[in-house]
Amino acid sequence: MKILVALKQVPDTETKIKVAADGRSLDPADVKWITGPYDEYALEEALRLKEGKGAEVVALSVGGDSAKEVLRNALALGADSAVLLKGDGQGDALAVAHMVAGWAKDKGFDLILCGNKGIGGDNAAMGPMLAELLGVAQANVIVKLEVGDGTFRAEREIEGGSEIVEGALPAVITAQKGLNEPRYASLKGIMAAKKKTIEELDAVAAPAVAVVSALALPPERPAGRRLEGEPAAQAQALLQALKDEAKVF
Amino acid sequence: MILVFCELKDGQIRKPSAEALSEGRRLADASGKKLGALFAGASCAGSAEAAKYGADVILTAEAPTLAFYSSDAFAQLVADAVKAKGATVLLAAATAMGKDVTPRAAARLGAGYASDVTALSMVDGKLQAVRPVYAGKAFATTTFTSAVQVATTRPNVFPAAEKAGAGAAESLPAPTGDFKSVVKEILAKATGKVDLTEANVIVSGGRGMKNGDNFKILEDLADALGGVVGASRAAVDAEWGLPHSMQVGQTGKVVSPTLYIACGISGAIQHIAGMSGSKFIVAINKDPEAPIFKLASYGIVGDLFEVVPELTKAAKAMGIGKG
Ligand SMILES: Cc1cc2nc3c(=O)[nH]c(=O)nc-3n(C[C@H](O)[C@H](O)[C@H](O)COP(=O)(O)OP(=O)(O)OC[C@H]3O[C@@H](n4cnc5c(N)ncnc54)[C@H](O)[C@@H]3O)c2cc1C
Ligand SMILES: Cc1cc2nc3c(=O)[nH]c(=O)nc-3n(C[C@H](O)[C@H](O)[C@H](O)COP(=O)(O)OP(=O)(O)OC[C@H]3O[C@@H](n4cnc5c(N)ncnc54)[C@H](O)[C@@H]3O)c2cc1C
Repeated sequence: MKILVALKQVPDTETKIKVAADGRSLDPADVKWITGPYDEYALEEALRLKEGKGAEVVALSVGGDSAKEVLRNALALGADSAVLLKGDGQGDALAVAHMVAGWAKDKGFDLILCGNKGIGGDNAAMGPMLAELLGVAQANVIVKLEVGDGTFRAEREIEGGSEIVEGALPAVITAQKGLNEPRYASLKGIMAAKKKTIEELDAVAAPAVAVVSALALPPERPAGRRLEGEPAAQAQALLQALKDEAKVF
Repeated sequence: MILVFCELKDGQIRKPSAEALSEGRRLADASGKKLGALFAGASCAGSAEAAKYGADVILTAEAPTLAFYSSDAFAQLVADAVKAKGATVLLAAATAMGKDVTPRAAARLGAGYASDVTALSMVDGKLQAVRPVYAGKAFATTTFTSAVQVATTRPNVFPAAEKAGAGAAESLPAPTGDFKSVVKEILAKATGKVDLTEANVIVSGGRGMKNGDNFKILEDLADALGGVVGASRAAVDAEWGLPHSMQVGQTGKVVSPTLYIACGISGAIQHIAGMSGSKFIVAINKDPEAPIFKLASYGIVGDLFEVVPELTKAAKAMGIGKG
């Protein structure tokens, strides 16, 4: 089995967001970059399939030089090889999907694992778009995956529960928290990864069809109010305020 | 035409779909376009209700093969409907199904896609969307260069407003051929309560709850207020028996209720990412310096084990949550 894992470099969840001078992008100063947290579940699942059934695991990222860090980490964790598609990996999700599809289409992958969303852009779009461009099955927001002979069975989170999706391979599966517990890299893995090369290729040109024209910080929330007194009095005052001022009830 | 993909549940239009339809009506009026509502399933009984939210045309694709959701079949159906009707804007609610089908349909149409948007407008005949990015720490205005523009609307943000439309019924052919994947089974939680993302009132507990059994007092308060219970990641990860589906935050659910009551939650940035879109936030915490208070419309510094039961008692006495 041949598995592709798409990993995106994203700003750390603690990042304090500052808008750059162009008014439409993130000021990169002081941003710490990490592998997308959901992408870690995707990679872990690929590694478990490799250990369980035997598989070749290829890690891929679309981005600039800095995205190599994500790939180096994937190699340290156990990916067999890594590919950097040089292109704007932070742009439009459809453009990224075109770049990945352009490279992956004739490589014979049985399974393509993604995060269910890249934190930051939060589009949750690249996976299903890639599935469409490749003309393969998809299952999104997956918390359980079984891979059979040319088929898969996955449990996907939906409102108020989950559903079982079955389909044919090849397929794009996007990972949700709960799928597994990602491992940490071992020292041996880290040392071995240093010796591996990351293949670098130019991504196919793919124009963005959705663009961010402005980025703004959210409006300040109006100052709140503390409710004083004994618990019973606080409770009474809160409900009265929610009823009369906020008109929630 | 502005086309809205709608979901039915028990023969009724789901609330997030009604919200998307209402927003579609507003955009259609602003740009002199028609509004179409699209339904697919083994039965589309109940779809006529779309006229109540302003649909000029109600399109239905009914076939036994559509009884169970299939990502590829539904995406094909939606994209075909967009083409058949010459629609330039496609909307759906950002539900589990909406977020699954729309990006795939968008790729099929070569269309730009903005997910989970909180505001929409028509500028020079094209859609423009505002959506939270970086976990709500910023808002991005998205513009499109494609002929068709696609967006999903975040539940509980757009009001579902009734406005009568002509509601002319039209049926569409269902896709044939092998579906690449299909839903086989739905494993529903037995509670029957609304999902966090659609709830109007959420009472959430964090590490300060100390154990899973104590969530009973939050259930009681939620019941009294007509709400549902959520949790922080610290609570979900503590192995207190709380499912991940209860988690609010960057790696959990993003919610936008009218009222969010945070009990024993400090207000970590990743938690705030999931609930900062709430209209009113109440914080109950014994630490007066807890960051959650910076966000709170109303703050109570105190022991949640004393305050929460008092709230439940007072809510019952005032008859809140009954009407
Ligand atoms: C730092 C930053 C700056 C941005 N600046 C701009 C900007 O200037 N202009 C603009 O238009 N938009 C910008 N965006 C928006 C955003 O990047 C795009 O919407 C985004 O590329 C689509 O990714 P997503 O995170 O929404 O992906 P999703 O669709 O949520 O990603 C789902 C999954 O797809 C895979 N994936 C996605 N992207 C890649 C990738 N590059 N390589 C490998 N796998 C991938 C991963 O497995 C990921 O988990 C910016 C985002 C970030 C994080
Ligand atoms: C990549 C990443 C993703 C994450 N995603 C999420 C996410 O999706 N959701 C999320 O919630 N977190 C997330 N986190 C974790 C987050 O950083 C915090 O650790 C977590 O939110 C803390 O939960 P808490 O507020 O319940 O616990 P704590 O921070 O420990 O706070 C407990 C609070 O309870 C108060 N308290 C204690 N006893 C009482 C009492 N008797 N009465 C009143 N108050 C009391 C304390 O004063 C304290 O403020 C994520 C972290 C990372 C790194």
